[in-house]
Amino acid sequence: MINIIQLSFVSIIPLLIVALGGLMSEKSGVTNIALEGIMLMGAFIGIWAIQILEKTGMNVQLVYLLGILIGGVVGIIFSFFHAFASINMKADQIISATALNLFAPAFAIFTARSIIGGQQVQFNSVFRINKIPLLGDIPIIGEIFFSKTYISFYIGILLLIIVWIFLYKTKTGLRIRATGENPSAADSLGVNIYKIRYFSVLSSGFLAGMGGVIFVATTSSRFDATVAGFGFLSLAVLIFGNWQPGRILFAAVFFGFFRTISSAYSSIPFLSNLKLPREVYQMLPYIITLIVLAFFSKSSRAPKAIGEVYDQGKR
Amino acid sequence: MLKLKQVLDKIKTFITKASLVIWKYIKKVFFVIKPSLLAIGIGITLGFFVMLIFNPSGAFPGLIKIILGGLQQGMKGIGDVLYQATPIILTGLAVVIAFKTGLFNIGAPGQMIVGAYTAIHIGVLWTLPAPLHWIVSLILGTLAGAIWGAIPGILKAISNTNEVIVSILTNYIGTLLVVMLIKKNVYNFAYAKSLNIKATAALPRIGNIFGSSAVTIGILIAIVMAIIIHYIFKKTTLGYELQASGFNKEASKYAGMNSKKNIITAMVISGAMAGLAGAIQYSIVGNNLGTTIDLLGAGFDGISVALLGLGEPIGTIFAGLFLSNVRQGGFYMQINGFPPQIIDIIISIIVYVTSISAGITFALRKRKMARENKLKLKEEEND
Repeated sequence: MINIIQLSFVSIIPLLIVALGGLMSEKSGVTNIALEGIMLMGAFIGIWAIQILEKTGMNVQLVYLLGILIGGVVGIIFSFFHAFASINMKADQIISATALNLFAPAFAIFTARSIIGGQQVQFNSVFRINKIPLLGDIPIIGEIFFSKTYISFYIGILLLIIVWIFLYKTKTGLRIRATGENPSAADSLGVNIYKIRYFSVLSSGFLAGMGGVIFVATTSSRFDATVAGFGFLSLAVLIFGNWQPGRILFAAVFFGFFRTISSAYSSIPFLSNLKLPREVYQMLPYIITLIVLAFFSKSSRAPKAIGEVYDQGKR
Repeated sequence: MLKLKQVLDKIKTFITKASLVIWKYIKKVFFVIKPSLLAIGIGITLGFFVMLIFNPSGAFPGLIKIILGGLQQGMKGIGDVLYQATPIILTGLAVVIAFKTGLFNIGAPGQMIVGAYTAIHIGVLWTLPAPLHWIVSLILGTLAGAIWGAIPGILKAISNTNEVIVSILTNYIGTLLVVMLIKKNVYNFAYAKSLNIKATAALPRIGNIFGSSAVTIGILIAIVMAIIIHYIFKKTTLGYELQASGFNKEASKYAGMNSKKNIITAMVISGAMAGLAGAIQYSIVGNNLGTTIDLLGAGFDGISVALLGLGEPIGTIFAGLFLSNVRQGGFYMQINGFPPQIIDIIISIIVYVTSISAGITFALRKRKMARENKLKLKEEEND
């Protein structure tokens, strides 16, 4: 059981971080279905950086941290294009995001094949921490949270707290939420809509880029021009979480748990007796999200101005 | 003698008049497609720069290969272009139909794959005589796509759920469902993909004009569909209502149109086109669905095709052929040392430029106005 819980952390953390990224952007009123592309881009460069850094003999955890950070920075740069299109150029946000999603895998494969010589970016380091001294000795809790863990687990929790406090307890956070609800009103109160939206989209890119690196580094030993639809899955987490940080955490746990079961159900006697195909477990989170959307969309907390172009002249 | 001169004169004036009309028409068409041409130009130029950076010596021959595309390989090349264009014209149509009704159908990959599976299922397991078999495959495949497209439509109509989000969900549900059904019903264990369909279920190939190319009558079906959809939007009440509710939901409601019904109808037709795309592409012996959970790329290509085709049904024919031609060029230029993904880079740049082109024209107009205002002010000062 503890094994499965720990396995599901590997899915939960990237889902949580990327969904928080989506939250940052959407709270300011900019839809971001480019999460998939941004994640992929961050993962590509971040893992590549890890591949180069691990040869220098640096501390493994430091390599990991640097990789995550580089992935985040790449995410910022890449999401800039989405921000520019949807904020300055009044583009349809879905279309500009689609362009980003198309670009990322093509760019990753093209560059990797041209420079590295193959599509895959491999790395050798194992980033898992076997046991954290002292804390790891606590019974059960220590076993679940402080042994056989990744540093990214704590980063994810930390980011959740930071985003939560930031959005709901700071002035800028209030401005972001106001911009997403009613940009004209916010503007009339002296909030610079463009600045706020840029900040939100770029920070969304930062989180998504980091999430990409964490996803690949913890689930695989190579980057193969894909993040397995995790960007879109995170979007579903965000919606299932009804744009609220606490519920996003719950949604991420829910989605991550089902994903883990879909790959590990044969080792759980109760589930393997059911003889359901693994695709059923993989499908369930999507189907449940769909049902939730169908029946509870009236109580949706989606930002009101989401997806709308803000035109100052139209105020 | 005199008569002959008169006749000649008449012919002359006729030619000049006709050429003027034709020129005017060309100018009009050019004006309409200018944004697309501009986007294509920018996309290919940036792609060329990327090629120059990575492999300067191969960049020029590569560029020529991209532009020539399938044309450089004779009839076989053209056949391959038509073959690849078939599904993306149809998914492009799917996106266009939704566009015109004010909806964004990003669910084409899901609708396409359920259509594809239906065709494979019928092709492998059912026994029917030749023309009937593939006709049934296509019809039921189209129906499957329509049902899959109806889900976001119904949710949008009933509870105003964002169709983009629902489409993303149905994409994954559809793909996972198909993987499950393949494993259950038509699985080829040795290759981890679906079994080959029966010969009776295969779409007829177009003669021997196109050499060994796999092009089928599917391309004709796609073109006919584009024309039918064009006709529906231009000449029928249904098309008018769909467009009206896309243009202004409140006004169309006020005019007595049932906007909920329109949303569902549009998504059903849209999904049907994507389903047909899948059914056509997989009603070919040797085209099998795999069991990896990857969304079908041709579904997403529909968005690019619809944008390049200026959101018009007829436009998707040309945009689909263009995109497929460039893809073919990308396939050939691997000899010059370029991964074919350069084409997707170019296409994504084209899509991006199209998305911001509205903003660009807006900015240009604003600048022009500012300049004119300045001039006016100066003139006034001089006075």
